[in-house]
Amino acid sequence: MSDVASYSPRTAAWARRRRSFSDGISRLRKDRVAMIGLVVLVGFVIMALIAPWMSPRGGLSAVDSINNPTWHPPSRDFPLGTDHLGRSVAAQFVWGSRVSLLVGFAATVLTITIGSLVGISAGFFGGWTDAVLMRLTDWFLVIPFLPLAIVLAAVLDRSIWNIILVIGVTSWPSTARLIRAQVLTVKTRLYVDRARALGASRPHIVARHILPNVAPLILASVTLAVPIAILTETTLAFLGLADPTQNSWGKTLEEAFGAGAIGRNAWWYHFPAGLGIVAVVLAFTLFGRGLEEILDPRLREEGARR
Amino acid sequence: MSELLRLAGVHVTYQSSGRSGVVRAVDGIDLTVDRGEVLALVGESGCGKTTLIRAIIGLEPMTSGSIVFDGATVATGQRELRRLRRRVQMIFQDPTGALNPRATIYEAVAEGIRIHGLAGPEPELVATALAQAGLRPPERYMPRFPHEVSGGQRQRVLIAGAMVLGPQLLLADEPVASLDASVRGEILALMRVLVDTTGISIVAVTHDLGLAWNIADRIAVMYLGRIVEVGDAEEVLADPLHPYTKALLSVVPEADRMEQQILVGETPDPANVPSGCRFHPRCPLVASGEAERLGIIDRCRSVDVQLVASPGGRRSVACHAVRLPNDG
Repeated sequence: MSDVASYSPRTAAWARRRRSFSDGISRLRKDRVAMIGLVVLVGFVIMALIAPWMSPRGGLSAVDSINNPTWHPPSRDFPLGTDHLGRSVAAQFVWGSRVSLLVGFAATVLTITIGSLVGISAGFFGGWTDAVLMRLTDWFLVIPFLPLAIVLAAVLDRSIWNIILVIGVTSWPSTARLIRAQVLTVKTRLYVDRARALGASRPHIVARHILPNVAPLILASVTLAVPIAILTETTLAFLGLADPTQNSWGKTLEEAFGAGAIGRNAWWYHFPAGLGIVAVVLAFTLFGRGLEEILDPRLREEGARR
Repeated sequence: MSELLRLAGVHVTYQSSGRSGVVRAVDGIDLTVDRGEVLALVGESGCGKTTLIRAIIGLEPMTSGSIVFDGATVATGQRELRRLRRRVQMIFQDPTGALNPRATIYEAVAEGIRIHGLAGPEPELVATALAQAGLRPPERYMPRFPHEVSGGQRQRVLIAGAMVLGPQLLLADEPVASLDASVRGEILALMRVLVDTTGISIVAVTHDLGLAWNIADRIAVMYLGRIVEVGDAEEVLADPLHPYTKALLSVVPEADRMEQQILVGETPDPANVPSGCRFHPRCPLVASGEAERLGIIDRCRSVDVQLVASPGGRRSVACHAVRLPNDG
């Protein structure tokens, strides 16, 4: 029995996780579209992280840029030209990626946390809990999103954290519905019955059986929630509801629009931010779809049947 | 033998959502199980036999009735159920579905140990249970996943996971129905060995009288939520008294000495239980005119029939046409 005594379930569990992780990676690698998305994403994240070294923050200040030429097309000194105040568009682009990605990730964390809690409680407990939570979800779903976000953003102080809060509390309902649906199918699996017959408590069933089988779906919906959050931030910033001290891509667009960049045909002012948003959103969506296909058991089963 | 489990007037009913009315899945069951006894619960699909054993372990809410286990009435609170579920365990018809695909065999067996906080070195408890269930050497099976072993082995994993808690009663829901014919015998033999070595009692639900013949000490035949005949396995199989039992037995391939009786009529619907004896619309005695000749046809159609025990109490039948013999 020496083999038995030395058997460690924890080691075995880790070996298994490593195996399924590397299995997932190798499947992801074969998905070229998802890999393109991932590479673009990693590029933007690196840019956001090293922004202070790429371009001094002073480039964002109109006072520090007082001696720069205004409306200057791209040149060697200003790779993306300058705006109506002589500020470097390149600096705005680089620093703007920070705000956009931060808001995207942070709002997603909030969205997914609320959505998962509501979805799992509603699906698992059912009955009254389900009815109340789902009516609440419906209520949030049918509220016209933009007016609510505008009202909230206008009522609250204009800080980046309030923008995150606004996006978080308005975009969780679809996540909640998705996760509830998956919990409902997992809940009826026979292994949940077996756990109950073994005497398992509800927390045990949720932690050991429901969560592990819902987690892949949660992870996949994360990657699809980020681009929505980024687009929402852009919208709010474009409407002038964002933190005026933070340069996001949406704010760049708003300022370019306000300064008449389109009328002056100063394409270098609004194109970088616009293309940056499109690229990040597209990259997240491509990567998210690929990840979803690997992680969502329903999509995988369909793939296997085909 | 002393009594381990006593069911009295157990009902499980559901509100049916589509039509008006209630579905009487289990409609008044009185039954006892002795220690070290294998009881086979036999009946067609939909007769409520699975619902009954799920009610015993609290997986289905009992509408009325009482369950006495080991001398104490079973309460339905969470804590009481949890205590009960260490002494009563269950295995399932579909061992593939009953094992979480993301958990190893080790984890599946260890789950009960962790839930109940059993003392002792966990790997050795798991190994002993696996070996007891015939998975030897156990360390070879521990790190595997359910999909990496055969269906029969998966059922053994379920048995190990149940037996590791040292239960007094094992509920088996169609334990071999989903398995290949070649491994059915092995699983049944294993169950018999468990009874003989540990003194556990087993209630096995089955639609297969052959299985009942192989491992059961006693047989209870269910029809539409009621027990229609109970008795020692040999007596019930050799000398069935209830017309439903006779019909079931007559279609077992080995029972060549009997004339086959194919039951006519609609399959029973627990949402719409017939008046009188619930079996009368399909009863061969009624169909052949035998009931009319005995002069009981009106009672068959209008008087609900109760389970009547023989003077010795070992045999009970619910049929207007049957007079129980004095048993020894």
